[in-house]
Amino acid sequence: MRETGEKEASVRAIIEELCVDGRKKPRELIPFLQKVQARLGYVPAEVLREAAGVFGVPEVEMYAVATFYHQFRLQPPGEHRIKVCLGTACHLMGGQRILDWFGRRLDVREGQTTADGKFTLERVACVGCCALAPVVVVDEKVEGKVSPTRADGILLSLGVKPEAMKPKQPESA
Amino acid sequence: MEAFEHIPLITVGTATCGRAAGALAVLQAIREEIARRDLLVEVQEVGCLGHCYAEPLVTVRRPGFPALCYGPLDEDRARRLVTDFLIGDDPCLEYALAALEPNDLFPALEEFPRGACERRVILALCGLINPEDLDAYLVHDGYAGLARALEMSPEEVVGEIVRSGLRGRGGAGFPAGEKWEACARAPAPARYVICNGDEGDPGAFMDRALMESNPHQLLEGLIIAAYAVGARKAIIYVRAEYPLAVARVERALEQARERGLVGKGILGTGFDLEVEVFQGAGAFVCGEETALIASLEGRPGVPRPRPPYPATSGLEGLPTLVNNVKTLSYVPHILRRGAEWFRSLGTANSPGTAVFALAGKVANPGLAEVPMGTTLRQLIFEVGGGIRQDKQFKAVQIGGPSGGCLPESALDLPIDFDSLSEAGAMMGSGGVVVLDEEDCVVETARYFLEFTRQESCGLCSFCRLGTAHLLERLTALTRGEARLEDLDRLYDLAEDVRAGSLCGLGQTAPNPVLTTLRYFRAEYEAHVKEKRCPALACRDLVLYCILPERCSKLCNLCVGSCPAGAVITRPDLLKAIDQAKCVKCNQCLVTCPPEYRAVVKLSPPQLPPEGDAGHG
Ligand SMILES: Cc1cc2nc3c(=O)[nH]c(=O)nc-3n(C[C@H](O)[C@H](O)[C@H](O)COP(=O)(O)O)c2cc1C
Ligand code: FES
Repeated sequence: MRETGEKEASVRAIIEELCVDGRKKPRELIPFLQKVQARLGYVPAEVLREAAGVFGVPEVEMYAVATFYHQFRLQPPGEHRIKVCLGTACHLMGGQRILDWFGRRLDVREGQTTADGKFTLERVACVGCCALAPVVVVDEKVEGKVSPTRADGILLSLGVKPEAMKPKQPESA
Repeated sequence: MEAFEHIPLITVGTATCGRAAGALAVLQAIREEIARRDLLVEVQEVGCLGHCYAEPLVTVRRPGFPALCYGPLDEDRARRLVTDFLIGDDPCLEYALAALEPNDLFPALEEFPRGACERRVILALCGLINPEDLDAYLVHDGYAGLARALEMSPEEVVGEIVRSGLRGRGGAGFPAGEKWEACARAPAPARYVICNGDEGDPGAFMDRALMESNPHQLLEGLIIAAYAVGARKAIIYVRAEYPLAVARVERALEQARERGLVGKGILGTGFDLEVEVFQGAGAFVCGEETALIASLEGRPGVPRPRPPYPATSGLEGLPTLVNNVKTLSYVPHILRRGAEWFRSLGTANSPGTAVFALAGKVANPGLAEVPMGTTLRQLIFEVGGGIRQDKQFKAVQIGGPSGGCLPESALDLPIDFDSLSEAGAMMGSGGVVVLDEEDCVVETARYFLEFTRQESCGLCSFCRLGTAHLLERLTALTRGEARLEDLDRLYDLAEDVRAGSLCGLGQTAPNPVLTTLRYFRAEYEAHVKEKRCPALACRDLVLYCILPERCSKLCNLCVGSCPAGAVITRPDLLKAIDQAKCVKCNQCLVTCPPEYRAVVKLSPPQLPPEGDAGHG
């Protein structure tokens, strides 16, 4: 398939580019994975396989690291990432309701990407803006004091059509 | 500031909290307006002043006027500020929050109850200086502490920290001087110093604010620490969720390198130091120092038993000093003003000040720095302005997930490292989250267990299985599915997890359970005996209903607000909630106009009989 071929090529290019000086120290492992993710949006399995050699660690250890840390995604994310904070302050100020609200509007569950690949809904544990709880991080932008109406506003600004956000027609009249 | 004596200076707080409130748009509006009017005004970005409740915050220093701080501003008000105050002579006092110094025109920060409690040391310059400008820091005696330290021998610097009585601000309050001594004495060819900027505690944000608002202060402390213990390499470990902190710390580092404050032969002495910034990858347990070191070494962030402590055997097996952002931020001040000065603040066993992050149901959330020994009541009611919307205080969660929930009766406790642990909580990193009457302590304990279960590295079974069990029991409680004897089991289990876990995460994870059981047992019992949540917070124990006698019939707001189509209009035009469809999102209750207040929450979740509710 063309697409996989392209991906393989880019994975190899990235590894070559990030590992120009050959073998790397374990100290550089996390920064390496961070760079890969910054570039591709996720860490493909091929990268873990290929890079194991560069770092001189078994492949399973690469997986152990990549899965231990919340930052790393092993699947490609949607076009937009909506991260709802569920830290203590946001939890108390209704963060869960905001997460549920996005989930309902987009018809996805936490951690999932919408069928059209447009949105990934995630949760984060505190982005350090607790005074403005509840907080949502949309792509890179932090939004404070998010209400359900504000959540709708965010979705509209990201191109969701108002019709798509209407509740399913009530069956009982 | 002297350079701008005749030019007005506007500063905009663009720390992450400011940005979340819209500071970048305000900054742009100000810049545009100034350009459009062709004014000679200096505009600068600054960090967080701590008054996060009033963000976006803007300060205007116009010659002839006291420095005035405005907030919350939006773009329109920001533009008006430029036209009315900088072109005209109207200081727009209706948007002003406070003056920075006492004057005849407007009350100053220090004249508010909050100002009277505060004593700013490490927050002193936050929100006032440009964090990306080394000179702004130098003007305020920045790096004078380093200069003084370099005139002393490393042993003397360690001695100064020992005498100051400084205790680590990362959680446990371990004496910093002792740690420095241990690290300096450990025989080794090389040593490391690590600044712990992982700040995993949800609800705490002071380390972020410090890194974003005054990164040079932290850097200066780090350099002094490295000199004192004999390290030639230092690492600033910042969590990845703080991209702006990473950027500002890196910027500060670059500038320090350019000026010879970092690198070879610092300030003309023989002292060399390399500093790098490392981004964490999102794991709460990595705040724990041995886990943090594991992650630096490219492994999963799993803690190891101590001793040996990192101070004698840490990164790459070398002696490694790990200190929190705040701890290191105090160091330049101690070097500059002396150990005695530091001891003159705070309490005998916990000298100095403490920085608290106030969040949750307080009226004025934000950051505050007060002397150790200030009471929780002062902190919540004077600094924080009391409870939002005049609700009743319920509890205060202090010390993050590993802290405890303290009741009203604990409010007069002077806060320091020792008093809080007696009450079952802990100082932790200083996150203070306030609960009001609408928050359920059982649900809050459940929340924390969900957090610690999720964040447990899974290495020791007490922590891995114990937190899962605790969470299961607490979840059953919030659903009204627990029995009375479960409460005692919960308590015993919590004690076992505390005793049996390997690292601080597991040892402290039961704290929220233990403290809430201790102080709020009646609330637990209501969940068991009556299947009722007194705070009306547990989703499974409440239902929403519309009181027919209060419903106006004519307005349709609740119908429109419901995302699930659960609010229906009955043939008699009264509104009603289809319980099967209700997702308990609270929107109808929020939307129902205050003059009707027709939507109510009921617990236990039973609809009142039709007749009683006044219709039929
Ligand atoms: C589970 C756990 C999480 C921790 N998280 C942090 C943290 O986010 N930041 C921090 O400075 N210390 C944290 N600590 C404490 C550190 O292990 C260590 O004691 C501290 O960084 C030492 O610095 P200090 O002496 O300056 O306080 C944590 C400890 C535990 C057990
Ligand atoms: S709890 Fe959400 S930003 Fe801190």
